[in-house]
Amino acid sequence: MRIRVRSQDEGHGGGAQGAAGTPGAPGTPGQVPRPSRPRRMAARLRGWGGVSAMAAACAVTAAAVLLPLAQAAPEGGHPAVVREPASMAAAPGPWSLTDTCQDPEASLRPNGVDGPAIERIRKAGKLVAGVDQNSFKWGYRNPVDGRLDGFDIALVKAIAKDILGDENAVIYRAIPTSQRVPALQDGRVDVVVRTMTINCKRLEDVAFSTAYFEAGQQVLAPKGSPITGYDASLKGRRICTAAGSTAEAALRAQPYGSVSVSVPNQLDCLVRLQLGEVDGIITDNALAAGQAAQDPSVRLVGSPFTREFYGVAMNKDASDLVRRVNKVLEDYRAGGDGSPWMQAYVTHLKPVLPGVAGPPAPKYRDG
Amino acid sequence: MAITSRAPAPGGAVAVPPPGPPPGPAGGPARPGTAWAEGVERLRAAATTEPGRLRIIGAVLAGLVLLFGLVTVWEISSRVGAADDVVGRSQPLSADAASIYRSLADADTASSSGFLAGADEPREVRERYEKDISNASKLLVNAAANTGADEDSRKQIALLSERLPRYTGLIEQARATNKQGLPLGGAYLRYANEQMSAQLLPAAQRLYEAETDRLYTDYDDARALPLASIGTGLLALAVLAWAQRRNYRRTHRVFNHGLVAATAATLVVLMWLAVGHTVARAELAQARSDGQESLKVLNDARIASLQARASENLTLIARGAVLAQDNKSDKYDVDFTAEMKELDAGLARAQKLANDSSGRDPVARAVDGVKQWKQRHAAARETDLRGDYQAALPQVIGDKDHKDSSGASFDTVDASLEQAVAHEQKEFTRAARGGLGALGGLVTGSAALAVIAAAAALLGIGRRLSEYR
Repeated sequence: MRIRVRSQDEGHGGGAQGAAGTPGAPGTPGQVPRPSRPRRMAARLRGWGGVSAMAAACAVTAAAVLLPLAQAAPEGGHPAVVREPASMAAAPGPWSLTDTCQDPEASLRPNGVDGPAIERIRKAGKLVAGVDQNSFKWGYRNPVDGRLDGFDIALVKAIAKDILGDENAVIYRAIPTSQRVPALQDGRVDVVVRTMTINCKRLEDVAFSTAYFEAGQQVLAPKGSPITGYDASLKGRRICTAAGSTAEAALRAQPYGSVSVSVPNQLDCLVRLQLGEVDGIITDNALAAGQAAQDPSVRLVGSPFTREFYGVAMNKDASDLVRRVNKVLEDYRAGGDGSPWMQAYVTHLKPVLPGVAGPPAPKYRDG
Repeated sequence: MAITSRAPAPGGAVAVPPPGPPPGPAGGPARPGTAWAEGVERLRAAATTEPGRLRIIGAVLAGLVLLFGLVTVWEISSRVGAADDVVGRSQPLSADAASIYRSLADADTASSSGFLAGADEPREVRERYEKDISNASKLLVNAAANTGADEDSRKQIALLSERLPRYTGLIEQARATNKQGLPLGGAYLRYANEQMSAQLLPAAQRLYEAETDRLYTDYDDARALPLASIGTGLLALAVLAWAQRRNYRRTHRVFNHGLVAATAATLVVLMWLAVGHTVARAELAQARSDGQESLKVLNDARIASLQARASENLTLIARGAVLAQDNKSDKYDVDFTAEMKELDAGLARAQKLANDSSGRDPVARAVDGVKQWKQRHAAARETDLRGDYQAALPQVIGDKDHKDSSGASFDTVDASLEQAVAHEQKEFTRAARGGLGALGGLVTGSAALAVIAAAAALLGIGRRLSEYR
């Protein structure tokens, strides 16, 4: 099922890659490895061939069961419009928000009372935060000054400022995707602010704050690609996902005839895409926006086929910390367009992920 | 010894050598016709008279001695050729393959060091990378021209020539992207490193091993005992002794000067052959055990140190983005530990193989350097795990305030190993040249002496013959 891209077929790309890799042409890396024009045209034609074949098949089926023909028509014509609910239904998986529990993004009610977890952080004098350092615009290390920056980092600072009174009293730990839960369970970090999706399965192991961002899995493809979204246009395409990610699970459940390529990190997908080793990427649109920000020749296509909420993850036993962080988030969201949340959004995300009106409304549960 | 003990045995039969009497009676009714039969007939007729027998003996003696010379020239030429190949062809090719292997590993290390330094990539790091790449490319062309028909080597060279430009492309992309401040650069560098360690380095290692195997084949060819030469030499001596004993029995003259001279010349060639080849074997054995084996161990250790350094750099670059097999630990940290273990084992073996102080000293320095490197790495890793990347970075790559970086320890290890390699290479060349030298002159010498011995044998027999005229 999972295919790792080996480089047998990469040899001839060497010359073009070398030329594009020279410092003289750093701005257009994404255009390099794609097939030559005629081949691309042919691929496009084949792609549309597949789409029209699909449409035809749909039409025949629809006619056979005596459904109004009108239902089959938008399938081929405007895939993005009608596909969202269809794919949600077609591909349930671990990312589905309604699989095992109600409203996973509902968290403990906020308060500012100190408990054992807060005491421990106070005693240590530093908040230990698990963050990403390779996620552009979210949590990344700017190679020029070596400092961490991004939307997640801004939130970590707000939490540290509230608990310790100093936004720089933070020890940042670069934790890999699959280490987010164990790092919290082992007590290696106090909080994980790392574009981490709240879901029922994770709620069994860790506690989450209220949602601080709404994202969704979406397809990222080069401009001009025949891929139109998470749909039948993926047929025969090599689609890259990060190992252990929601996208990988989604693609495993419903591959739409695509060939899955798994890489260690979502950013590795962009490398493979620029080198022409894959045709598209599935990751959540927040991360995809970070990728698009690094390569202007790729864009998000279709619409998000999941609804996910990012939350600050904490140890399951640290309910005082959860409530405290929720209180921080209340303050963070407050103030409309002048809120700290909005300021962070404008600074870090707006250019690459426009159209977000505001933070998701918090949901609370009792207990 | 063999000759004297054999001589008394046929002592009773004074008059005739074995070939003498039988042809006599049987000679008469021989079928005439073929030239061969006629020749045999004539020989039989000749063997019935003493001058005839003497002529046959003379011809056999001269033939045997000449054959001995010829076999010696043939066998020793092939030994000299093989030893020549060891010194002048297969060892340099093996050394070149080792250099390709090392240059590639070094380029990967230098590129990751330069990447870590980011915008202030030191000029010398960049130059080191460029030198490594151009050295590897040049040697690859050289190896392709010299490797001959060896299938496996050619396959590796083709693979390396194809992948190397691709690798450099990835590195340039990584640098360019990194300079723009994009995390994507790190992903490119990790991909380049994966290509290097999964594709290029294994191919370079296979090339190195194929070339070293060929070197060992040449060794074995050079060290093979010249058994045919020794056998014909001993046979010639035995026949010479028999002829002189026969001569003594018949004439009661102790010495026939010609035959004595022929015996002496044959004996000289045989001794020369035995001593020369034994010395050559010993020298070549030493070249192999002291030089080549040490070189192999040191080269492997050096590659391990370079890869460990690249992994150390990548631990800081990847920042936990790639997991090891256990799905828990950082891949590059795990790789570093494994490569350091390999380096330790290699250095321990190199210490055992080093047979003089100038070989041992640099290895000992490398061992100390590794110890220090590990300490500094552990300290830097701890700093990084604590979350203080900014402090961990200079602990690894060093700057003007951090002379005691793990990079400085690595440089010590690398320089010491380079010195050790140079020393062993010198040891090898000295011993192998010694081996080749021990065979020097043996070919012309044995040819000339064989001709002299044959002439002397003919003269000696001729002197006896003249007594019948």
